[in-house]
Amino acid sequence: MFGDDIDTDALAPGLYIKGPLEELARHCLEAVDPAFASGVAAGDVVVGGHNFGLGSSREQAAQALKTLGIEAVVASSFGGIFYRNALNLGLVVVVCPAICAVRPGDILTVDARAGRIENQTQNESYDCEPLPDHLMSMIEDGGLIPHLERKLASERKIGGTT
Amino acid sequence: MAATLAQKIIARAASRDRVAHGEIVTCSVDLVMMHDLSGPRRVGPVLERLGIGVWDSEKVVLITDHLVPATDVASAGILDMTRKWAAEQGIENFYDMQGICHVVLPERGHLKPGLFVVGGDSHSTTGGAFGCFMFGIGSTEMVGVLATGEIWIKVPETILINCSNALAAGVSAKDMMLALCARLGMGGSEYQAVQFTGDAVAAMPMTERMTLTNMAAELGAQAGLIAADDTTAKYIREAGTDPGDIDRWQGDEEAEYRAVHDFDVSDLEPQVALPHSPATARPVSEVQGTAIQQAYIGACTGAKLVDLRMAAEVLKGRRVADGIRLLVAPASTRTTAAAAADGTLQILTEAGAILLPSGCGACYGLGAGVLAEGETCISSTARNFRGRMGAASSTVFLGSPYTVAAAAVTGTICDPRELLVEGKGAHG
Repeated sequence: MFGDDIDTDALAPGLYIKGPLEELARHCLEAVDPAFASGVAAGDVVVGGHNFGLGSSREQAAQALKTLGIEAVVASSFGGIFYRNALNLGLVVVVCPAICAVRPGDILTVDARAGRIENQTQNESYDCEPLPDHLMSMIEDGGLIPHLERKLASERKIGGTT
Repeated sequence: MAATLAQKIIARAASRDRVAHGEIVTCSVDLVMMHDLSGPRRVGPVLERLGIGVWDSEKVVLITDHLVPATDVASAGILDMTRKWAAEQGIENFYDMQGICHVVLPERGHLKPGLFVVGGDSHSTTGGAFGCFMFGIGSTEMVGVLATGEIWIKVPETILINCSNALAAGVSAKDMMLALCARLGMGGSEYQAVQFTGDAVAAMPMTERMTLTNMAAELGAQAGLIAADDTTAKYIREAGTDPGDIDRWQGDEEAEYRAVHDFDVSDLEPQVALPHSPATARPVSEVQGTAIQQAYIGACTGAKLVDLRMAAEVLKGRRVADGIRLLVAPASTRTTAAAAADGTLQILTEAGAILLPSGCGACYGLGAGVLAEGETCISSTARNFRGRMGAASSTVFLGSPYTVAAAAVTGTICDPRELLVEGKGAHG
């Protein structure tokens, strides 16, 4: 769980940006929580406050989280470029104004299509902004590139039969 | 029906008569700007895997600025790959080591009112100073644009910032933006468009207007905008491009605006942002006396010709204080040439400034001039997030080139107006 204004220099520190993604991911968010990268597990949900991912257009900010196995990021609002980048990389990002009610360690189930988050630990649920179908299908394909790949492959198939 | 400038440009790019706020539309992209760090190095291998090339090489501008000149083998490899990719893809608009992308793009005549432009960098908002809608995207999204020439956009609302009256001597566009970051916050515009208007903006040269739209990124805006006028048209003509119909690319007064902020700049003091956010900005009088080790004049925000002239006004006939290093990285090779021709460069070097190559440099912590643990710097750049310019425990204050130069002379943060004996600002 993080507070407001988590920036892209914290998510993807410039010092490691030239190197491999796995190395960069080990330093993800260390400026605000040195134990973060070693403490997270696949399937974890990162919860942020206002303007999560503000700053640079470096998409390693979202990639670092995905590399660590983060399932989704839920925040009361996002930096605009980070938000677009995350979706394009197949990382679920959900805008949820009520997310501040969550406590560290709570078990969350995120249904981005329906716009609903279940907090199993506290037995609560929160409304969030649903993601439109065309973006969800891109995320389900694994992001923009696999989505494009599929689209190109099906176009080529159609092209081949005519 | 009345529309904002952003709506008019987006509607044209989406081949629609009009677009509504919040609507998601698909737009044809008029121009794509990429640099060495987020460009070919990242999009090249993906395009290759997909088995496709750039949809229209004439619409792509590629600029090396982040890793130039190479300081290690990894950077050299990325630059080498970038050059080869440009040749393979037939990118004619390739500017290798000519300066920072946001400054080179308009300098070389690529921007004009009404264009819908994407850039692979968050400060792509800068281009909006020329009346185009330009925004930053990540490399994956860039692949989508390069493959298809299209991108989806949720039509943003526009926040108008009406800047009235004249800036005092020794106060600049940078001070205005720092003050706005403090007033509105870094998420203040929630990824909407921020448009600057008013007589204070009308009086500015293009290079100062670019500082406003550049730092619209720091307000969390998707795009920064300034409607074109005669100053814009003159700059574009001098860059060798026909500015087109500037009257067509104006927002309607009756259009629906999300908010209108009035900003009287006449009593604005020089501003300084504290570590580690531009939103902590306050009048310089409140941080006076803070000791620094490094003063940095650089980046897309703070090293254009107008910025170097501001520094020269302060430094003329003075010396950088003992034990302080003043680093100057002019924003582009043309900036350096112009500053050499008008004597600005000589004033800087005679004062003891160290000249660095044109490029993004230390602003993002990879180029020359990074900071050691515990060091303090004042910088004319746009961002001072923790550790951005070097070691995690280094601290960076942000100010105008006037304020950075004044700190270099005295060794501590101070009000630059006290050193401007002739009392004439860069706009005078």
